[in-house]
Amino acid sequence: MARTLKCHVGIGPDVTGEALVASDNFSARYDLDRIKGVFSRPQHALAGQSYHDKILVLNTAKGGVATAWMLHEMTARGITPKAILFNQANTILAQGAALANMAMCDRFEDGDVTTLINTGDRVTVKPSEGIVVIE
Amino acid sequence: MHHIAGVILSSAKPGITVNVGEPQCKQLFVYRPCLMRPLCCTIPTLPNELEAMMQLTSEEQAMLNGERGPARKWAIEHQIQVGRMFDAVDMVPVSQSHMMADPESLGEAGVAFMENFAAMDEADRRVAIPMITDPRGVDLSYYDPLGQTEEMANLERRFIAACQSLGIIMTDTCINYQTIMPPVLGDHVAYGDTGVVIYSNSVCGARSNFEGGPSALAAGLTGRTPRYGLHLDEHRQATRRFRVASEPQGLTDWGVLGAVIGRKAGSYWEVPVIEGIERIPTSDEMKHMGAAMASYGSTPLFHIVGVTPECRTLGDVGGEALAVEDITESDLDVLREPFGAKGKTVDVVVFAAPQLSLVEMQTVADLCRGRKKHGDTAFLVCTAASVYSDAERMGFNRAIEDFGGKVLQGTCFYQQYAREIGEANGWKRLLSNSTKIVNILGGYGYAPALASMEDCIDSAVAGRIV
Repeated sequence: MARTLKCHVGIGPDVTGEALVASDNFSARYDLDRIKGVFSRPQHALAGQSYHDKILVLNTAKGGVATAWMLHEMTARGITPKAILFNQANTILAQGAALANMAMCDRFEDGDVTTLINTGDRVTVKPSEGIVVIE
Repeated sequence: MHHIAGVILSSAKPGITVNVGEPQCKQLFVYRPCLMRPLCCTIPTLPNELEAMMQLTSEEQAMLNGERGPARKWAIEHQIQVGRMFDAVDMVPVSQSHMMADPESLGEAGVAFMENFAAMDEADRRVAIPMITDPRGVDLSYYDPLGQTEEMANLERRFIAACQSLGIIMTDTCINYQTIMPPVLGDHVAYGDTGVVIYSNSVCGARSNFEGGPSALAAGLTGRTPRYGLHLDEHRQATRRFRVASEPQGLTDWGVLGAVIGRKAGSYWEVPVIEGIERIPTSDEMKHMGAAMASYGSTPLFHIVGVTPECRTLGDVGGEALAVEDITESDLDVLREPFGAKGKTVDVVVFAAPQLSLVEMQTVADLCRGRKKHGDTAFLVCTAASVYSDAERMGFNRAIEDFGGKVLQGTCFYQQYAREIGEANGWKRLLSNSTKIVNILGGYGYAPALASMEDCIDSAVAGRIV
């Protein structure tokens, strides 16, 4: 039975995909090998895993401003997550999502989104409505 | 409820109207994504409609309508999208913009994006306010020896040409607050580079969010930015209260303290206030602390009681009601522990992140003078182009190069294809006095280690970490 999570209005198009979840933070510069499309930082909870076409579900953003350009660059090369869901995004991630036209939402009413969604769940993200549906 | 003068407002609940023609009010418009139409003064009442709104001045509305050209239309649409996500009610004028855009982050797509603007008519493409740049990714006077390719250099050349055609000043620095035009207390700005933002907010009392490259460009084109986050008083109040038992000694220790606090704060939306700092820190000390705090915590603002301008007393930032969290020696040791490696061979010693001030350049030069680095250890120093010129005049560059090192101008190591140059040179063990850079480079395939400036130079001489 589908479950609907309410969040703040986000950015980007409606998308559906498979969730990849960790209670960890995110920076495209710090954490990713963007050529291979995997998490490359050894200390990251998703180290070694592919993010391509996934709905990433993470805690918050960290680090620098490069991610704003990098999401756009990743999208242009076609190796990119379909969406990123956070407990709390920061400004950089939102700005990057706007340029890359990538779906992004945060601030979930039911609590910690990294515990509400499991890796492997099929998830539909509707940023303009501020909802995420777990099928 | 907003009292609106003139023609305004988006669609809203039908039948609910407000006054028009309030002469004391500025003309405002409300933007709703994908459905932007002027109606005569209905006012929305549903919460989600309120969230979707942003008041626009007549000038902003003209940009949105495309009357100020396609570049400003793109820019304000981008800003409205971002502002909507953070519940911005309107825009705030900014005095400067600062753009992070190294070619590794931009890629071909980002450079082509910039070239689209460069191809527009001059009146359409010129930025509206002074706009400056963060470090470049390629020092065009020294890239082949680093293992950077002609393709990388060409991306850089194309990007620089595009920026210059927009009237962007190529300062290529992340220490603009030490070298270009520091913002002043209460100054709204749109800065990129987290180190620039945290220093400007905290030490100067300026008001900026982290503005990624695209948003800094948008701010340069429109001369404003969405009013949310650090532009608002309520987000500048302290949310965490830390007490320091012993004051840091040296730049690296200041960085470690910043990193510990950043890691504990752990979110863009937390504002640390720090007690226990009795001596007024130098600009370079604050620089290293702030850069590390922002790197570990995505933190854009801190206060130090009695030191930073918005926090003469704890009460100024609402800190009295917060529980005290002590920063212990153990906290500092835990942070340092992964970056040890005493006795191990060191492949490259790097001073960067942030770029070195002229004072730091002098210190490095003094430590290098009369000595030679080990033949198997590379030694790189990154500084702003303006500092490089002064350091040249003062003989600091010569001292570093006589030591066997290289001073790069207008770049910062982690922003210059760090993975590729590491692989090209076989660099694995990297030593730096920057707590920020050792945090970043683990994801780039390095085994980073941290030491004081003095120990870094001694290690470069020994070829292993002393």
